[in-house]
Amino acid sequence: MTPLGGYLLVAALVFAIGLGGALTRRNAILVLIGIELMLNAANLNLIAFWRYGPHPEALTGMMFAVFSIAVAAAEAAVGLGLVISIYRHTRTTDLDEMNRMKG
Amino acid sequence: MSIVFWILSFLTVLGGLAAVTLRNTVHCALALAVAFAGLALLYLQLDAQFAGFAQILIYIGAVAILVVFAILLTRGSDTPKDGIFSRTWFAGTTIAAAVFAVLGWAVIQSVHALPNETAAPAVTVNQIGNALLGRYVLPLEIVALLLTAALVGAVMVAMHEKGESK
Repeated sequence: MTPLGGYLLVAALVFAIGLGGALTRRNAILVLIGIELMLNAANLNLIAFWRYGPHPEALTGMMFAVFSIAVAAAEAAVGLGLVISIYRHTRTTDLDEMNRMKG
Repeated sequence: MSIVFWILSFLTVLGGLAAVTLRNTVHCALALAVAFAGLALLYLQLDAQFAGFAQILIYIGAVAILVVFAILLTRGSDTPKDGIFSRTWFAGTTIAAAVFAVLGWAVIQSVHALPNETAAPAVTVNQIGNALLGRYVLPLEIVALLLTAALVGAVMVAMHEKGESK
């Protein structure tokens, strides 16, 4: 097993864990946690490919990961704002009970 | 493959598993912070110091704290009566396992084509700053705009409406 293969396997495992969490949990905040784990797994892939790629001095993968971290932070802020807003309307964060689009 | 890599990946996977399976939501947020710390240390293992410290600052310092705030604001730490997993948990677990099987199969099939150990790239923060304000200046500005829009949008969405009690 080359080092890059190990990192890719770990990233795949973290991605699957995040996907499983996002698909199975009831609480909307836990679903957002799962999405964050998936984004982090993608970032780990980017950094690993940058490190073992042919031209690490070009910084391409590193920059991609840094921008991805910034976009993920924006996504987390807006997502949690939406969860708080929905909670104020329905008094619940249970996704199984959010079954209508009318406020 | 060093022993440090295995310890860090074990920590990360364990934190991630705990974050999606624990009953108490606050414990989930703390386990998420552990998973983020493990990933940051993996970045440091990969000689990406800048990304590692950015991960610690942004994810552990901001996102995990934001999650804790959201949990406390929504009283989400109360365990629901009818379980923490949704009705379709079996399908979700199956899909996640299938995705991992496909990804793992693809990695193991191509492992002989992956590059082996290479010399650590010597990248200084100076170079990263030059790249950010040189070649990547347009994406940087777009990210700045996106963060401003997300900040305003999050405040607008979560703000109390007029005439609402409390």
